Amino acid sequence: MLKEPTPETAPIVNKRVSDPLPVQIMLIGMMVLFFIGFIFLPLGLVFAQAFQKGLAFYLESITESYAIEAVKLTLTTVAIVVPLNAFFGVTAAWAITKFNFAGKAALKTLLDLPFAVSPVIAGLIFVLLVGSRTPFGSWLGEHGIKIIFSTPGIVIATLFVTFPFVVRELIPLMEAQGRDEEEAALTLGARGWQIFGKITLPNISWGLLYGMILCGARSIGEFGAVSVVSGHIRGQTNTIPLHVEILYSEYNFAASFAVASILVFLALLTVTLKVAMEKQFQKNSFHH
Amino acid sequence: MKLFHTKRRNILPGFGLSMGYTVFYLSAIVIVPLSMIFFNTVPMGWEPFVHAVTAPRVLASYRLSFSTAFFAAVFDALAGLLTAWVLVRYRFPGKQFLDALVDLPFALPTAVAGICFATLYSPVGWLGETLTKWNITIINSATGIVIALVFIGFPFVVRTIQPVLEEVEQEIEEAAHCLGATRWQTFKRILLPHLFPALLTGSTLAFARGIGEYGSVIFIAGNLPMKTEIAPLMIMSKLDQFDYAGASAVALVLLLISFSMLLILNAIQEWQQKEYR
Repeated sequence: MLKEPTPETAPIVNKRVSDPLPVQIMLIGMMVLFFIGFIFLPLGLVFAQAFQKGLAFYLESITESYAIEAVKLTLTTVAIVVPLNAFFGVTAAWAITKFNFAGKAALKTLLDLPFAVSPVIAGLIFVLLVGSRTPFGSWLGEHGIKIIFSTPGIVIATLFVTFPFVVRELIPLMEAQGRDEEEAALTLGARGWQIFGKITLPNISWGLLYGMILCGARSIGEFGAVSVVSGHIRGQTNTIPLHVEILYSEYNFAASFAVASILVFLALLTVTLKVAMEKQFQKNSFHH
Repeated sequence: MKLFHTKRRNILPGFGLSMGYTVFYLSAIVIVPLSMIFFNTVPMGWEPFVHAVTAPRVLASYRLSFSTAFFAAVFDALAGLLTAWVLVRYRFPGKQFLDALVDLPFALPTAVAGICFATLYSPVGWLGETLTKWNITIINSATGIVIALVFIGFPFVVRTIQPVLEEVEQEIEEAAHCLGATRWQTFKRILLPHLFPALLTGSTLAFARGIGEYGSVIFIAGNLPMKTEIAPLMIMSKLDQFDYAGASAVALVLLLISFSMLLILNAIQEWQQKEYR
Protein backbone atom coordinates (compact mmCIF):
# COMPACT_ATOMS: atom_id res chain seq x y z
CA MET A 1 0.00 0.00 0.00
CA LEU A 2 2.88 2.29 0.78
CA LYS A 3 5.96 2.10 -1.36
CA GLU A 4 7.40 -1.26 -2.20
CA PRO A 5 9.99 -2.22 0.42
CA THR A 6 13.43 -3.06 -0.77
CA PRO A 7 14.06 -6.80 -0.97
CA GLU A 8 16.08 -8.18 1.85
CA THR A 9 19.60 -7.01 1.17
CA ALA A 10 22.25 -9.62 0.82
CA PRO A 11 24.77 -9.62 3.64
CA ILE A 12 27.41 -7.05 2.88
CA VAL A 13 30.10 -8.93 4.66
CA ASN A 14 29.94 -12.55 3.63
CA LYS A 15 32.57 -13.70 6.05
CA ARG A 16 30.41 -14.17 9.09
CA VAL A 17 31.39 -16.05 12.16
CA SER A 18 30.37 -19.51 11.16
CA ASP A 19 31.21 -23.09 11.86
CA PRO A 20 34.31 -24.58 10.25
CA LEU A 21 33.59 -26.47 7.05
CA PRO A 22 34.23 -29.97 8.48
CA VAL A 23 31.72 -29.27 11.25
CA GLN A 24 29.20 -28.03 8.71
CA ILE A 25 29.65 -31.12 6.57
CA MET A 26 29.35 -33.40 9.57
CA LEU A 27 26.15 -31.76 10.85
CA ILE A 28 24.57 -31.67 7.39
CA GLY A 29 25.50 -35.31 7.02
CA MET A 30 23.86 -36.23 10.31
CA MET A 31 20.71 -34.39 9.32
CA VAL A 32 20.58 -36.05 5.93
CA LEU A 33 21.02 -39.42 7.62
CA PHE A 34 18.06 -38.66 9.88
CA PHE A 35 15.98 -37.63 6.87
CA ILE A 36 16.90 -40.82 5.04
CA GLY A 37 15.83 -42.99 7.96
CA PHE A 38 12.69 -41.16 8.92
CA ILE A 39 11.42 -39.48 5.74
CA PHE A 40 12.92 -40.89 2.54
CA LEU A 41 12.94 -44.59 3.38
CA PRO A 42 9.27 -44.60 4.47
CA LEU A 43 8.26 -42.63 1.38
CA GLY A 44 10.28 -44.86 -0.93
CA LEU A 45 8.87 -47.91 0.76
CA VAL A 46 5.29 -46.88 0.06
CA PHE A 47 5.91 -46.80 -3.67
CA ALA A 48 8.10 -49.88 -3.72
CA GLN A 49 5.41 -51.86 -1.92
CA ALA A 50 2.58 -50.33 -3.91
CA PHE A 51 4.11 -51.38 -7.22
CA GLN A 52 5.50 -54.74 -6.08
CA LYS A 53 2.80 -56.59 -8.03
CA GLY A 54 3.01 -54.32 -11.04
CA LEU A 55 1.17 -51.37 -12.41
CA ALA A 56 -1.97 -53.32 -13.30
CA PHE A 57 -2.43 -54.51 -9.73
CA TYR A 58 -1.76 -51.00 -8.46
CA LEU A 59 -4.42 -49.50 -10.68
CA GLU A 60 -6.84 -52.26 -9.78
CA SER A 61 -6.26 -51.67 -6.05
CA ILE A 62 -7.04 -48.00 -6.22
CA THR A 63 -10.02 -48.31 -8.57
CA GLU A 64 -11.65 -51.31 -6.92
CA SER A 65 -15.16 -50.51 -5.65
CA TYR A 66 -14.36 -50.49 -1.89
CA ALA A 67 -11.45 -48.14 -2.51
CA ILE A 68 -13.68 -45.82 -4.55
CA GLU A 69 -16.29 -45.87 -1.78
CA ALA A 70 -13.60 -45.01 0.76
CA VAL A 71 -12.42 -42.09 -1.37
CA LYS A 72 -16.01 -40.88 -1.72
CA LEU A 73 -16.63 -41.04 2.01
CA THR A 74 -13.38 -39.20 2.77
CA LEU A 75 -14.22 -36.49 0.24
CA THR A 76 -17.74 -36.14 1.66
CA THR A 77 -16.28 -35.72 5.14
CA VAL A 78 -13.79 -33.12 3.96
CA ALA A 79 -16.50 -31.25 2.06
CA ILE A 80 -18.57 -30.91 5.23
CA VAL A 81 -15.83 -30.45 7.81
CA VAL A 82 -13.64 -27.83 6.13
CA PRO A 83 -16.38 -25.23 5.41
CA LEU A 84 -17.90 -25.63 8.88
CA ASN A 85 -14.60 -25.22 10.69
CA ALA A 86 -13.54 -22.41 8.34
CA PHE A 87 -16.77 -20.52 9.00
CA PHE A 88 -16.28 -21.02 12.71
CA GLY A 89 -12.63 -19.99 12.47
CA VAL A 90 -13.49 -16.68 10.83
CA THR A 91 -16.34 -15.97 13.27
CA ALA A 92 -14.31 -16.80 16.36
CA ALA A 93 -11.26 -14.89 15.13
CA TRP A 94 -13.49 -11.86 14.46
CA ALA A 95 -14.92 -12.01 17.97
CA ILE A 96 -11.53 -12.50 19.57
CA THR A 97 -9.40 -10.04 17.65
CA LYS A 98 -11.81 -7.18 16.96
CA PHE A 99 -13.18 -6.76 20.49
CA ASN A 100 -11.95 -6.50 24.06
CA PHE A 101 -13.68 -8.67 26.61
CA ALA A 102 -12.92 -10.45 29.84
CA GLY A 103 -11.81 -14.07 29.61
CA LYS A 104 -10.24 -13.78 26.17
CA ALA A 105 -7.13 -15.71 27.16
CA ALA A 106 -9.24 -18.52 28.61
CA LEU A 107 -11.32 -18.69 25.44
CA LYS A 108 -8.18 -18.93 23.32
CA THR A 109 -6.93 -21.82 25.46
CA LEU A 110 -10.27 -23.60 25.05
CA LEU A 111 -10.01 -23.28 21.28
CA ASP A 112 -6.74 -25.22 21.37
CA LEU A 113 -8.17 -27.95 23.55
CA PRO A 114 -8.71 -30.56 20.81
CA PHE A 115 -4.96 -30.54 20.11
CA ALA A 116 -4.33 -31.83 23.62
CA VAL A 117 -6.80 -34.69 23.27
CA SER A 118 -5.75 -38.11 22.03
CA PRO A 119 -7.53 -39.03 18.78
CA VAL A 120 -8.92 -42.14 20.44
CA ILE A 121 -10.50 -40.00 23.17
CA ALA A 122 -11.88 -37.72 20.44
CA GLY A 123 -13.74 -40.72 19.10
CA LEU A 124 -14.69 -42.02 22.54
CA ILE A 125 -16.48 -38.83 23.60
CA PHE A 126 -18.88 -39.07 20.67
CA VAL A 127 -19.60 -42.72 21.40
CA LEU A 128 -20.39 -41.63 24.98
CA LEU A 129 -22.56 -38.77 23.72
CA VAL A 130 -24.57 -40.30 20.90
CA GLY A 131 -23.68 -44.01 20.87
CA SER A 132 -26.57 -46.47 20.73
CA ARG A 133 -26.09 -47.40 24.40
CA THR A 134 -26.51 -43.86 25.70
CA PRO A 135 -29.90 -42.24 26.50
CA PHE A 136 -29.54 -39.57 23.84
CA GLY A 137 -28.25 -42.05 21.28
CA SER A 138 -31.06 -44.53 21.85
CA TRP A 139 -33.61 -41.72 21.59
CA LEU A 140 -32.06 -40.74 18.26
CA GLY A 141 -32.11 -44.40 17.25
CA GLU A 142 -35.84 -44.64 17.92
CA HIS A 143 -36.29 -41.77 15.53
CA GLY A 144 -34.24 -43.52 12.91
CA ILE A 145 -31.13 -41.39 13.27
CA LYS A 146 -27.88 -43.27 13.42
CA ILE A 147 -24.73 -41.32 14.16
CA ILE A 148 -22.13 -43.70 15.51
CA PHE A 149 -21.01 -46.36 13.00
CA SER A 150 -22.23 -44.17 10.16
CA THR A 151 -21.18 -41.08 8.21
CA PRO A 152 -22.43 -38.40 10.69
CA GLY A 153 -20.25 -39.93 13.41
CA ILE A 154 -17.19 -39.77 11.18
CA VAL A 155 -18.01 -36.16 10.34
CA ILE A 156 -18.42 -34.96 13.94
CA ALA A 157 -15.32 -36.78 15.17
CA THR A 158 -13.36 -35.15 12.34
CA LEU A 159 -14.92 -31.77 13.16
CA PHE A 160 -13.58 -32.13 16.70
CA VAL A 161 -10.08 -33.17 15.67
CA THR A 162 -9.66 -30.40 13.09
CA PHE A 163 -11.51 -27.78 15.13
CA PRO A 164 -8.52 -25.48 15.96
CA PHE A 165 -6.75 -25.47 12.57
CA VAL A 166 -8.39 -22.46 10.87
CA VAL A 167 -8.97 -20.33 13.95
CA ARG A 168 -5.41 -20.63 15.20
CA GLU A 169 -4.06 -19.50 11.82
CA LEU A 170 -6.39 -16.50 11.77
CA ILE A 171 -6.02 -15.16 15.32
CA PRO A 172 -2.32 -14.18 15.16
CA LEU A 173 -2.80 -12.82 11.64
CA MET A 174 -5.78 -10.67 12.56
CA GLU A 175 -4.18 -9.56 15.81
CA ALA A 176 -1.18 -8.31 13.85
CA GLN A 177 -3.44 -6.49 11.40
CA GLY A 178 -5.32 -4.70 14.16
CA ARG A 179 -8.66 -2.94 13.78
CA ASP A 180 -7.68 0.40 12.30
CA GLU A 181 -8.80 -0.34 8.76
CA GLU A 182 -12.18 -1.68 9.90
CA GLU A 183 -12.72 1.24 12.26
CA ALA A 184 -11.82 3.71 9.54
CA ALA A 185 -14.37 2.06 7.25
CA LEU A 186 -16.96 2.33 10.01
CA THR A 187 -16.42 6.04 10.43
CA LEU A 188 -16.75 6.40 6.66
CA GLY A 189 -20.20 4.88 6.93
CA ALA A 190 -19.65 1.26 5.89
CA ARG A 191 -22.00 -1.29 7.36
CA GLY A 192 -20.89 -4.44 9.19
CA TRP A 193 -21.01 -6.88 6.30
CA GLN A 194 -19.41 -4.36 3.96
CA ILE A 195 -16.52 -3.93 6.36
CA PHE A 196 -16.10 -7.66 6.64
CA GLY A 197 -16.44 -8.41 2.93
CA LYS A 198 -14.37 -5.55 1.58
CA ILE A 199 -11.67 -5.18 4.21
CA THR A 200 -11.30 -8.07 6.61
CA LEU A 201 -11.85 -10.96 4.20
CA PRO A 202 -9.37 -9.77 1.54
CA ASN A 203 -6.83 -9.15 4.31
CA ILE A 204 -7.11 -12.64 5.73
CA SER A 205 -7.76 -14.61 2.55
CA TRP A 206 -4.33 -16.28 2.42
CA GLY A 207 -4.35 -17.18 6.08
CA LEU A 208 -7.84 -18.57 5.73
CA LEU A 209 -6.91 -20.68 2.74
CA TYR A 210 -3.80 -21.89 4.53
CA GLY A 211 -5.81 -22.94 7.59
CA MET A 212 -8.34 -24.67 5.37
CA ILE A 213 -5.62 -26.67 3.64
CA LEU A 214 -4.22 -27.83 6.99
CA CYS A 215 -7.74 -28.64 8.15
CA GLY A 216 -8.44 -30.55 4.95
CA ALA A 217 -5.22 -32.52 5.14
CA ARG A 218 -5.96 -33.62 8.68
CA SER A 219 -9.58 -34.47 7.78
CA ILE A 220 -8.37 -36.76 5.01
CA GLY A 221 -5.82 -38.47 7.20
CA GLU A 222 -7.54 -38.70 10.58
CA PHE A 223 -7.36 -42.27 11.79
CA GLY A 224 -7.73 -42.76 15.56
CA ALA A 225 -10.92 -40.78 16.12
CA VAL A 226 -12.59 -42.04 12.97
CA SER A 227 -11.54 -45.58 13.75
CA VAL A 228 -13.52 -45.46 17.03
CA VAL A 229 -16.75 -44.14 15.56
CA SER A 230 -16.74 -45.80 12.15
CA GLY A 231 -17.39 -49.47 12.89
CA HIS A 232 -15.29 -50.40 9.83
CA ILE A 233 -18.13 -51.37 7.53
CA ARG A 234 -16.63 -51.86 4.10
CA GLY A 235 -18.07 -49.73 1.36
CA GLN A 236 -20.08 -47.78 3.93
CA THR A 237 -18.08 -46.36 6.80
CA ASN A 238 -14.53 -46.86 5.62
CA THR A 239 -12.47 -43.77 4.99
CA ILE A 240 -9.22 -44.00 3.01
CA PRO A 241 -6.97 -44.46 6.08
CA LEU A 242 -9.31 -47.11 7.50
CA HIS A 243 -9.31 -48.90 4.15
CA VAL A 244 -5.51 -48.90 4.25
CA GLU A 245 -5.62 -50.41 7.73
CA ILE A 246 -8.06 -53.17 6.77
CA LEU A 247 -6.07 -54.19 3.70
CA TYR A 248 -2.90 -54.19 5.78
CA SER A 249 -4.38 -56.34 8.53
CA GLU A 250 -5.50 -58.80 5.85
CA TYR A 251 -1.85 -59.06 4.75
CA ASN A 252 -2.82 -57.57 1.41
CA PHE A 253 0.25 -55.34 1.59
CA ALA A 254 0.49 -54.38 -2.09
CA ALA A 255 -3.10 -53.13 -2.17
CA SER A 256 -2.75 -51.45 1.21
CA PHE A 257 0.32 -49.49 0.12
CA ALA A 258 -1.28 -48.72 -3.23
CA VAL A 259 -4.18 -47.00 -1.48
CA ALA A 260 -1.71 -45.43 0.98
CA SER A 261 0.18 -43.95 -1.96
CA ILE A 262 -2.87 -41.78 -2.71
CA LEU A 263 -2.54 -40.36 0.79
CA VAL A 264 1.20 -39.84 0.29
CA PHE A 265 0.50 -37.87 -2.90
CA LEU A 266 -1.97 -35.72 -0.99
CA ALA A 267 0.51 -35.20 1.86
CA LEU A 268 3.24 -34.14 -0.57
CA LEU A 269 0.74 -31.82 -2.25
CA THR A 270 -0.12 -30.30 1.13
CA VAL A 271 3.53 -29.71 1.95
CA THR A 272 4.11 -28.12 -1.47
CA LEU A 273 1.06 -25.87 -1.12
CA LYS A 274 2.23 -24.89 2.34
CA VAL A 275 5.60 -23.73 1.03
CA ALA A 276 3.95 -21.84 -1.84
CA MET A 277 1.52 -20.14 0.51
CA GLU A 278 4.18 -19.18 3.02
CA LYS A 279 5.87 -17.28 0.21
CA GLN A 280 2.58 -15.51 -0.47
CA PHE A 281 2.28 -14.78 3.22
CA GLN A 282 5.64 -13.11 3.29
CA LYS A 283 4.75 -11.05 0.23
CA ASN A 284 1.47 -10.04 1.83
CA SER A 285 2.98 -9.21 5.18
CA PHE A 286 5.14 -6.56 3.52
CA HIS A 287 1.98 -4.63 2.86
CA HIS A 288 1.01 -4.47 6.48
CA MET B 1 -17.90 -4.20 30.63
CA LYS B 2 -17.20 -1.21 32.87
CA LEU B 3 -16.11 -3.55 35.60
CA PHE B 4 -13.05 -4.41 33.58
CA HIS B 5 -10.58 -1.84 32.53
CA THR B 6 -10.52 -1.93 28.76
CA LYS B 7 -7.90 -0.09 26.81
CA ARG B 8 -10.04 0.53 23.78
CA ARG B 9 -13.74 0.75 23.29
CA ASN B 10 -15.41 -1.78 21.08
CA ILE B 11 -16.96 0.11 18.21
CA LEU B 12 -17.10 -2.49 15.45
CA PRO B 13 -20.41 -4.26 14.93
CA GLY B 14 -21.10 -7.98 15.24
CA PHE B 15 -19.77 -8.80 18.68
CA GLY B 16 -22.96 -10.44 19.94
CA LEU B 17 -23.45 -12.51 16.82
CA SER B 18 -19.87 -13.68 16.40
CA MET B 19 -19.35 -14.32 20.12
CA GLY B 20 -22.67 -16.14 20.40
CA TYR B 21 -21.84 -18.43 17.50
CA THR B 22 -18.31 -19.02 18.81
CA VAL B 23 -19.58 -20.09 22.22
CA PHE B 24 -22.34 -22.22 20.70
CA TYR B 25 -20.07 -24.06 18.26
CA LEU B 26 -17.29 -24.49 20.83
CA SER B 27 -19.79 -25.99 23.27
CA ALA B 28 -21.44 -28.26 20.73
CA ILE B 29 -18.27 -29.66 19.19
CA VAL B 30 -15.77 -29.55 22.05
CA ILE B 31 -17.05 -28.76 25.55
CA VAL B 32 -20.21 -30.87 25.74
CA PRO B 33 -18.67 -33.96 24.10
CA LEU B 34 -15.55 -33.71 26.28
CA SER B 35 -17.63 -33.37 29.42
CA MET B 36 -19.07 -36.82 28.68
CA ILE B 37 -15.81 -38.31 29.93
CA PHE B 38 -16.45 -36.65 33.28
CA PHE B 39 -20.14 -37.62 33.41
CA ASN B 40 -19.34 -41.23 32.63
CA THR B 41 -16.62 -41.46 35.24
CA VAL B 42 -18.35 -39.77 38.19
CA PRO B 43 -21.19 -42.34 38.60
CA MET B 44 -18.54 -45.04 38.94
CA GLY B 45 -17.63 -43.88 42.42
CA TRP B 46 -14.12 -43.46 43.74
CA GLU B 47 -13.08 -47.03 44.43
CA PRO B 48 -14.13 -48.61 41.14
CA PHE B 49 -12.45 -45.67 39.41
CA VAL B 50 -9.18 -46.24 41.22
CA HIS B 51 -9.53 -49.94 40.58
CA ALA B 52 -10.04 -49.32 36.85
CA VAL B 53 -7.09 -46.97 36.41
CA THR B 54 -4.66 -48.93 38.57
CA ALA B 55 -5.27 -52.33 37.03
CA PRO B 56 -1.84 -53.77 36.18
CA ARG B 57 -2.53 -53.78 32.45
CA VAL B 58 -3.66 -50.14 32.52
CA LEU B 59 -0.71 -49.05 34.63
CA ALA B 60 1.65 -50.84 32.28
CA SER B 61 0.09 -48.99 29.35
CA TYR B 62 0.48 -45.59 31.05
CA ARG B 63 4.07 -46.38 31.87
CA LEU B 64 4.75 -47.44 28.29
CA SER B 65 3.04 -44.41 26.76
CA PHE B 66 4.96 -42.04 29.02
CA SER B 67 8.37 -43.57 28.71
CA THR B 68 8.18 -43.97 24.93
CA ALA B 69 6.80 -40.43 24.47
CA PHE B 70 9.56 -39.12 26.75
CA PHE B 71 12.41 -40.83 24.93
CA ALA B 72 10.95 -39.81 21.59
CA ALA B 73 10.73 -36.19 22.77
CA VAL B 74 14.36 -36.24 23.92
CA PHE B 75 15.49 -37.70 20.60
CA ASP B 76 13.32 -35.15 18.75
CA ALA B 77 14.91 -32.33 20.76
CA LEU B 78 18.35 -33.39 19.55
CA ALA B 79 17.38 -34.14 15.96
CA GLY B 80 15.16 -31.06 15.82
CA LEU B 81 17.86 -28.74 17.15
CA LEU B 82 20.35 -30.17 14.67
CA THR B 83 17.91 -29.81 11.77
CA ALA B 84 16.87 -26.27 12.70
CA TRP B 85 20.51 -25.27 13.06
CA VAL B 86 21.53 -26.70 9.70
CA LEU B 87 18.48 -25.28 7.91
CA VAL B 88 18.89 -21.79 9.36
CA ARG B 89 22.66 -21.42 9.35
CA TYR B 90 24.11 -23.34 6.44
CA ARG B 91 23.73 -23.04 2.71
CA PHE B 92 23.73 -26.17 0.61
CA PRO B 93 21.89 -27.50 -2.42
CA GLY B 94 18.50 -29.05 -1.70
CA LYS B 95 18.04 -27.11 1.51
CA GLN B 96 14.58 -25.77 0.65
CA PHE B 97 13.46 -29.23 -0.34
CA LEU B 98 14.50 -30.69 3.03
CA ASP B 99 12.97 -27.72 4.81
CA ALA B 100 9.62 -28.39 3.16
CA LEU B 101 9.80 -32.10 4.01
CA VAL B 102 10.08 -31.30 7.73
CA ASP B 103 6.31 -30.84 7.65
CA LEU B 104 5.65 -34.24 6.14
CA PRO B 105 4.85 -35.92 9.48
CA PHE B 106 2.14 -33.26 9.98
CA ALA B 107 0.66 -33.91 6.56
CA LEU B 108 1.06 -37.67 6.27
CA PRO B 109 -1.85 -39.64 7.74
CA THR B 110 -0.68 -41.44 10.86
CA ALA B 111 -1.89 -44.81 9.64
CA VAL B 112 0.37 -44.55 6.59
CA ALA B 113 3.34 -43.70 8.80
CA GLY B 114 2.38 -46.68 10.95
CA ILE B 115 2.35 -49.26 8.18
CA CYS B 116 5.56 -47.79 6.73
CA PHE B 117 7.56 -48.20 9.91
CA ALA B 118 6.06 -51.60 10.65
CA THR B 119 7.10 -52.78 7.18
CA LEU B 120 10.55 -51.14 7.27
CA TYR B 121 11.45 -52.84 10.54
CA SER B 122 9.71 -56.17 9.99
CA PRO B 123 12.16 -59.12 9.95
CA VAL B 124 12.02 -59.10 6.14
CA GLY B 125 11.90 -55.30 5.81
CA TRP B 126 14.58 -52.99 4.37
CA LEU B 127 16.00 -52.16 7.78
CA GLY B 128 14.59 -55.02 9.82
CA GLU B 129 16.46 -57.68 7.87
CA THR B 130 19.88 -56.30 8.78
CA LEU B 131 18.85 -55.52 12.34
CA THR B 132 17.55 -59.06 12.83
CA LYS B 133 20.97 -60.38 11.87
CA TRP B 134 22.43 -58.26 14.66
CA ASN B 135 19.76 -59.60 17.02
CA ILE B 136 17.98 -56.27 17.32
CA THR B 137 14.21 -56.41 17.26
CA ILE B 138 12.36 -53.19 16.66
CA ILE B 139 8.94 -54.47 15.79
CA ASN B 140 6.62 -55.41 18.69
CA SER B 141 8.88 -53.57 21.13
CA ALA B 142 9.04 -50.24 22.94
CA THR B 143 11.88 -49.20 20.61
CA GLY B 144 9.50 -49.48 17.66
CA ILE B 145 7.00 -47.24 19.42
CA VAL B 146 9.73 -44.68 20.08
CA ILE B 147 10.69 -44.68 16.38
CA ALA B 148 7.10 -43.99 15.31
CA LEU B 149 6.77 -41.22 17.90
CA VAL B 150 10.08 -39.63 16.86
CA PHE B 151 8.64 -39.29 13.37
CA ILE B 152 5.38 -37.79 14.64
CA GLY B 153 6.98 -35.29 17.03
CA PHE B 154 9.93 -34.16 14.89
CA PRO B 155 8.28 -31.17 13.12
CA PHE B 156 7.06 -29.69 16.44
CA VAL B 157 10.64 -29.16 17.62
CA VAL B 158 12.05 -27.90 14.32
CA ARG B 159 9.19 -25.48 13.72
CA THR B 160 9.41 -23.97 17.22
CA ILE B 161 13.19 -23.51 17.18
CA GLN B 162 13.55 -22.24 13.61
CA PRO B 163 11.95 -18.78 14.08
CA VAL B 164 13.86 -18.16 17.33
CA LEU B 165 17.16 -19.14 15.75
CA GLU B 166 16.45 -16.92 12.75
CA GLU B 167 16.06 -13.92 15.05
CA VAL B 168 19.28 -14.41 16.95
CA GLU B 169 21.53 -11.48 16.14
CA GLN B 170 24.75 -12.79 14.78
CA GLU B 171 26.54 -9.75 16.22
CA ILE B 172 26.33 -11.45 19.61
CA GLU B 173 28.24 -14.40 18.26
CA GLU B 174 30.74 -12.10 16.60
CA ALA B 175 31.22 -10.30 19.90
CA ALA B 176 31.83 -13.60 21.65
CA HIS B 177 34.26 -14.53 18.92
CA CYS B 178 36.15 -11.25 19.35
CA LEU B 179 36.33 -11.83 23.07
CA GLY B 180 38.07 -15.09 22.38
CA ALA B 181 35.30 -17.62 22.84
CA THR B 182 35.44 -20.78 20.81
CA ARG B 183 32.46 -21.78 18.64
CA TRP B 184 31.50 -24.45 21.12
CA GLN B 185 31.66 -22.02 24.05
CA THR B 186 29.54 -19.53 22.10
CA PHE B 187 27.00 -22.21 21.37
CA LYS B 188 26.90 -23.56 24.91
CA ARG B 189 26.97 -20.26 26.77
CA ILE B 190 25.07 -17.94 24.47
CA LEU B 191 22.96 -19.71 21.89
CA LEU B 192 21.72 -22.69 23.84
CA PRO B 193 20.34 -20.67 26.78
CA HIS B 194 18.61 -18.44 24.24
CA LEU B 195 17.10 -21.37 22.37
CA PHE B 196 16.26 -23.36 25.47
CA PRO B 197 12.66 -22.15 26.03
CA ALA B 198 11.79 -22.89 22.40
CA LEU B 199 13.48 -26.25 22.63
CA LEU B 200 11.49 -27.04 25.75
CA THR B 201 8.23 -25.88 24.15
CA GLY B 202 8.86 -27.95 21.03
CA SER B 203 9.74 -31.11 22.87
CA THR B 204 6.82 -30.69 25.29
CA LEU B 205 4.52 -30.47 22.27
CA ALA B 206 6.12 -33.59 20.85
CA PHE B 207 5.78 -35.34 24.21
CA ALA B 208 2.12 -34.38 24.61
CA ARG B 209 1.37 -35.52 21.09
CA GLY B 210 3.25 -38.76 21.71
CA ILE B 211 1.20 -39.70 24.77
CA GLY B 212 -2.04 -39.65 22.81
CA GLU B 213 -0.74 -40.94 19.48
CA TYR B 214 -2.50 -43.98 18.12
CA GLY B 215 -2.41 -44.50 14.34
CA SER B 216 1.31 -44.54 13.78
CA VAL B 217 2.03 -46.69 16.83
CA ILE B 218 -0.38 -49.62 16.78
CA PHE B 219 1.08 -51.22 13.64
CA ILE B 220 4.66 -51.37 14.86
CA ALA B 221 3.80 -51.98 18.54
CA GLY B 222 2.29 -55.42 18.09
CA ASN B 223 -0.03 -54.63 21.04
CA LEU B 224 1.09 -57.41 23.37
CA PRO B 225 -0.71 -57.19 26.74
CA MET B 226 1.49 -55.79 29.54
CA LYS B 227 4.33 -55.27 27.08
CA THR B 228 3.51 -53.11 24.10
CA GLU B 229 -0.02 -51.86 24.73
CA ILE B 230 -0.17 -48.05 24.69
CA ALA B 231 -2.72 -46.13 26.79
CA PRO B 232 -4.97 -45.08 23.87
CA LEU B 233 -5.16 -48.73 22.86
CA MET B 234 -6.42 -49.62 26.35
CA ILE B 235 -9.28 -47.17 25.82
CA MET B 236 -9.95 -48.78 22.46
CA SER B 237 -10.05 -52.31 23.86
CA LYS B 238 -12.30 -51.32 26.79
CA LEU B 239 -14.61 -49.71 24.27
CA ASP B 240 -14.68 -52.89 22.22
CA GLN B 241 -15.89 -54.74 25.32
CA PHE B 242 -18.56 -52.04 25.85
CA ASP B 243 -16.90 -51.10 29.15
CA TYR B 244 -17.77 -47.41 28.70
CA ALA B 245 -17.07 -46.45 32.32
CA GLY B 246 -13.67 -48.14 32.26
CA ALA B 247 -12.80 -46.48 28.96
CA SER B 248 -13.77 -43.05 30.32
CA ALA B 249 -11.76 -43.63 33.50
CA VAL B 250 -8.60 -44.43 31.54
CA ALA B 251 -9.34 -41.49 29.24
CA LEU B 252 -9.90 -39.10 32.15
CA VAL B 253 -6.46 -39.76 33.59
CA LEU B 254 -4.89 -39.32 30.17
CA LEU B 255 -6.82 -36.08 29.62
CA LEU B 256 -5.84 -34.63 32.99
CA ILE B 257 -2.21 -35.33 32.18
CA SER B 258 -2.48 -33.78 28.73
CA PHE B 259 -4.16 -30.68 30.14
CA SER B 260 -1.48 -30.24 32.75
CA MET B 261 1.07 -30.49 29.96
CA LEU B 262 -0.81 -27.70 28.20
CA LEU B 263 -0.68 -25.56 31.35
CA ILE B 264 3.03 -26.21 31.80
CA LEU B 265 3.48 -25.20 28.19
CA ASN B 266 1.64 -21.92 28.74
CA ALA B 267 3.86 -21.26 31.76
CA ILE B 268 6.99 -21.94 29.69
CA GLN B 269 5.80 -19.57 26.99
CA GLU B 270 5.03 -16.80 29.49
CA TRP B 271 8.46 -17.26 31.01
CA GLN B 272 9.94 -17.13 27.52
CA GLN B 273 8.16 -13.88 26.75
CA LYS B 274 9.25 -12.28 30.01
CA GLU B 275 12.81 -13.33 29.41
CA TYR B 276 13.11 -11.59 26.06
CA ARG B 277 10.87 -8.59 26.37
